Amino acid sequence: MLDSIFFYFFAGVAVLSAGLMVTRRNALHSAVCLVATLLAIAGIFLQLRAEFLFITQIILYVGGIMVLFIFVIMLVRLDAPIHQIRFRLQRFVAVLVILALAFEGVVILLLARKLPGEGLLIQGSAPADKLPPNSEALAKSLFSDYLLPFEIASVLLLVAMVGAVVMAKSRKRTSES
Amino acid sequence: MSHPVTQALGCVLSISPTMQAVVAFLKTWWVELVCGVVIVAAVPLVAGYVVLVERKLMADMQARLGPMRVGPHGLLQPIADAVKLLIKEDIIPRDADAFIFWFAPVISMVAALTSMGAIYFGPAFRVAQDINIGILFVIGVSSLGFLGIILGGWASNSHYSIMGALRSTAQLVSYETAGGLAIISALLLSGSLKIRAIVDAQSDQHVWFLFLAPVAFFTYLVASIAETNRAPFDLPEAESELVAGYMTEYSGFRWALYFLGEYANMIVVASVATTLFLGGWLRPFSNVRWLDIPMGVLPALLIAALGVYCIYRAGKQPVKVQLGFMWVVALCCFGVAVIYLVPWLVAPLRFAIPGLNGAFWFLFKVAVYIYVFMWLRFTLPRYRFDQLMHLGWYILIPLAIVNIFSVGIAMFLSLELGWNRWLAVMLTTAFTLAVSLLLVRLHDKHASAASSTSAVPSDSYAG
Repeated sequence: MLDSIFFYFFAGVAVLSAGLMVTRRNALHSAVCLVATLLAIAGIFLQLRAEFLFITQIILYVGGIMVLFIFVIMLVRLDAPIHQIRFRLQRFVAVLVILALAFEGVVILLLARKLPGEGLLIQGSAPADKLPPNSEALAKSLFSDYLLPFEIASVLLLVAMVGAVVMAKSRKRTSES
Repeated sequence: MSHPVTQALGCVLSISPTMQAVVAFLKTWWVELVCGVVIVAAVPLVAGYVVLVERKLMADMQARLGPMRVGPHGLLQPIADAVKLLIKEDIIPRDADAFIFWFAPVISMVAALTSMGAIYFGPAFRVAQDINIGILFVIGVSSLGFLGIILGGWASNSHYSIMGALRSTAQLVSYETAGGLAIISALLLSGSLKIRAIVDAQSDQHVWFLFLAPVAFFTYLVASIAETNRAPFDLPEAESELVAGYMTEYSGFRWALYFLGEYANMIVVASVATTLFLGGWLRPFSNVRWLDIPMGVLPALLIAALGVYCIYRAGKQPVKVQLGFMWVVALCCFGVAVIYLVPWLVAPLRFAIPGLNGAFWFLFKVAVYIYVFMWLRFTLPRYRFDQLMHLGWYILIPLAIVNIFSVGIAMFLSLELGWNRWLAVMLTTAFTLAVSLLLVRLHDKHASAASSTSAVPSDSYAG
């Protein structure tokens, strides 16, 4: 009971603020809505007893990436594009997507009735004691079972970072000369 | 038969599954609820008195008296300030983004208070018990507070505010990296993210992690000052350049919320440092058995001595009301001292001793940490923005990264190869310092070479 209340609360907030994020005209309002979506999804992670994923979501996405988003939004002049003509063709695509989603929703609602128990009510969350603590389990698999892919991924990120720095530097030099 | 209303109430209480669930919920979680309510209620008061201590200390350092009018030695000043802030007019500028302007201070405050939920203020006084990600939760959630700062600065629609918000973003992104890397060193030593396990590790290893990773503690100290926007890193609200930075357009209660959030954040940062580096709620020399009783009675004696001092000062108060207030303060001190002493005298209450003394030592260490913050604030001049960025990126972050390696090497040497622990720590700390000095030297050479060939690049955030 409590679990399904929490789940539908977080899910509702996530969907609602995602919708608001797309429809807001003001870019910063969109960013704030995106923060709300990310926090609600973090709440769902927590409910699934994935506490490490929960805090990673908060630290990385809300605390790191969204801050950079907002930073860029504040630095860039956003008055100009508001008055420009928007994309028109997307309306057709959007209608199709909405129809598909509505169909999917109806199917899910119909199928849910045939599920055992109370249908869409969530029956309890993940078992508390059967799983090992997240951070330990994650560290074990990352640093022993999947060490090579992990290292490759980190080298890839390093290369991307160095590339970004080089690109930013070279642009500065050309603008100065 | 009883009254029908009470009967109905009884029916609701006994039968309704919702009420039963509520009662069961209260039975399971009452400790957490009480602690949470105490924290939310106490933080504003504590923050007010931290401000008073700060003003008094600043006055003392500048050969002034500080607040003296409200209560003896200004002891009631925080309450007067709070009343003033609450009845002040709440102005929302016409061009401001009203909703975000209204909402932003709340984010700051809520983030700081929520992150306190995972902190152990002593072994018994905590809200959330043994979260797997304990220390990460505190750091991650408290870092959300600066969303409030950025949004508030932007929503004010004022140049000073947005400049302060931009500065604070850049500063927080840089210094949170350094702070996080410093924390990793302590986590390596403790081997767990749980707060209780971190403190237990310091108890088992018979040493505070401050002594095993001094460089990490220093890095965290500097980074935490920058994260809480305090002098010498208070550029987001530098009053000589930006009026009040991101808070320029705020007044009254909303301003007070920002202020509270800032001070609550200070308490959070000090608690994290205490837990990780200063032994949490362990008393000094916690493994020396013969100190058990003297150190155990010490908190009660200290508080009682404070009460005696209050009585001594009460005679010198010029006004009768102030004299009475001094006596009230003294009696409060004696009351707390009695609470601390009773478990020693009454055998069945012995179980409360570790909880009470733990809370005392934890809060004592937090207070000392905040006191050091104040010293630094009154001693050091404010940094320029490019100096701030330089210190963060060129010195603190490399220092923290090198330190992670050297702490790991020290652990390997002492645990795997059986070296003396102190020798390993000293060698690796010397290594860290040597490497960082080398880095600074290299960078300085590079910078001086660059500045001799080209003009100094202008800094767009400097304002």
